[in-house]
Amino acid sequence: MLSHRDFARSFRDAINGGAAPENATARQPGETERRFDVYRNNVAHGLSRALARHYPVIERLLGDECFKGVARLFIDRHPPQTPLLIAWGEEFAAFLAEIETFQSLIYLPDVARIEWARSRAYHSSDAQPVPPQKLQAIAQEAGEDLQLFLHPSVQVLQMLTPAGSIWVSQQPGGPPAPTAAQWAPETVLIARKGLDDVITQAVPAPIGRFISALAYGRTVAEAQASTGEGFELNAAFLLLVKNALIIGADKKGGDTT
Amino acid sequence: MTLPRKPGLGFKPEHFPAIAETKPNLGFFEIHAENYMGAGGMPHAMLQRLREDYAVSIHGVGLSIGGPDPLDRDHLARLKTLCDRYEPESFSEHLAWASHGGVWMHDLLPLPYTQETLAIVCDHIDELQDHLGRRMLLENPATYVLFDNSDIPETEFLTEISRRTGCGLLLDVNNVFVSCVNHRQDPRAYLDAFPLAKINEIHLAGHEEEELPSGPLLIDSHGREVAEPVWALYGEIVSKIGPLPSLIEWDNDVPAFAVLMAEAERARSILEGQSHALAS
Repeated sequence: MLSHRDFARSFRDAINGGAAPENATARQPGETERRFDVYRNNVAHGLSRALARHYPVIERLLGDECFKGVARLFIDRHPPQTPLLIAWGEEFAAFLAEIETFQSLIYLPDVARIEWARSRAYHSSDAQPVPPQKLQAIAQEAGEDLQLFLHPSVQVLQMLTPAGSIWVSQQPGGPPAPTAAQWAPETVLIARKGLDDVITQAVPAPIGRFISALAYGRTVAEAQASTGEGFELNAAFLLLVKNALIIGADKKGGDTT
Repeated sequence: MTLPRKPGLGFKPEHFPAIAETKPNLGFFEIHAENYMGAGGMPHAMLQRLREDYAVSIHGVGLSIGGPDPLDRDHLARLKTLCDRYEPESFSEHLAWASHGGVWMHDLLPLPYTQETLAIVCDHIDELQDHLGRRMLLENPATYVLFDNSDIPETEFLTEISRRTGCGLLLDVNNVFVSCVNHRQDPRAYLDAFPLAKINEIHLAGHEEEELPSGPLLIDSHGREVAEPVWALYGEIVSKIGPLPSLIEWDNDVPAFAVLMAEAERARSILEGQSHALAS
């Protein structure tokens, strides 16, 4: 007699394309495989839709049919090892980079990285920004030792392609995608402003390096020293304050505010 | 703490503005637990807000109660966190399995009904109820195949689970209809054998129909209106056991909120018709 464990294993094999489990049957046993297809379709469709919820722009860029095919391959290689679909699919960008047919679409993995970062930002924990006056007061007191704590949703992606502009071009009413002449590497800031506004914004590379350094726990002065040429501190502050991304500030070694 | 014996709706984030603005007359909203296991952001903000105005049912789809593997400890902990945070009037899960060997298929998969699986399911429910510190409801599945080693009828299997674990039952009337049509059984005979006194909630949903050589194959799609024969069965159950919390589920091709409210109103007219009949 098939144990429940053996049954589950054979069921899973059947979902992945094997024959239905030996104990599966129907009033008309000849229909068993056809009926079992409902489970095969439900699993494939459900996971494909879950992946599309993380990667709507990739789906739009590839088209529905192509996306479904790619999703099938991805599910095969990286089946969910979690009951949380909101946490499944991080490997998709690296997976796309390996697909031979897409070698000419070099921006595709970068767009996928943006979309995964957006999903993470959407679900990241909540944190209130420091009021501007309070921030100013702490900055004056801390001087060179000012340390800023950023919203947990903040992510900076440095990419060799203009994937941020391509992502923006796929939004309703978005500007056209960059032309070959406008093709350039991009640094993209992804973060959640408030509860549901996930921003996806190309920023100058030095500002990206500055924000990354702050996120690593560097002081403002240290972060500034690591940015390289063309860094504008005011522009960086404005970007962070405007999007409510500074959630704490103190003098390094002091009490967090 | 129980759900009101009124119509409820499965909560869809796209309906949040309509709900916040109109405060519709509903007994409760139901959410899928796994969609609210992120750390923060809009999902929790919306649920918090809903919770202020409505009773809430948390419905799990990922625990794999009917699977051979031990329950996932991390997932149990997440369910506990969610239940402690929102204190829902009800928590329910499925007589189904979804994972094997650490891989989740994210579908509600069927199991043979045997003494072995009965013991597994009861152990899992005991563990879950102990962990959450609350009684849960178990939902009957929609199935497409049978198993030749199943030697306990589904209704008896559910009765025995409820008896051994003390859990309540969630009767999905559409699942009864879908399974019975698929297996060429009489849904009324199924319901006659169902332990009606253990029902604490009812689910209603739409299904799709395909054609096999032997007749129809119904698919539990949650993507359209509740079918007429399902409404008829629902009316018969309510007339037998009185009003119960009754959820309209519509998870795919989600329509405008007004369409869901029309379904909820139909459930209300059946529930209230019955309250009047019982009162008179």
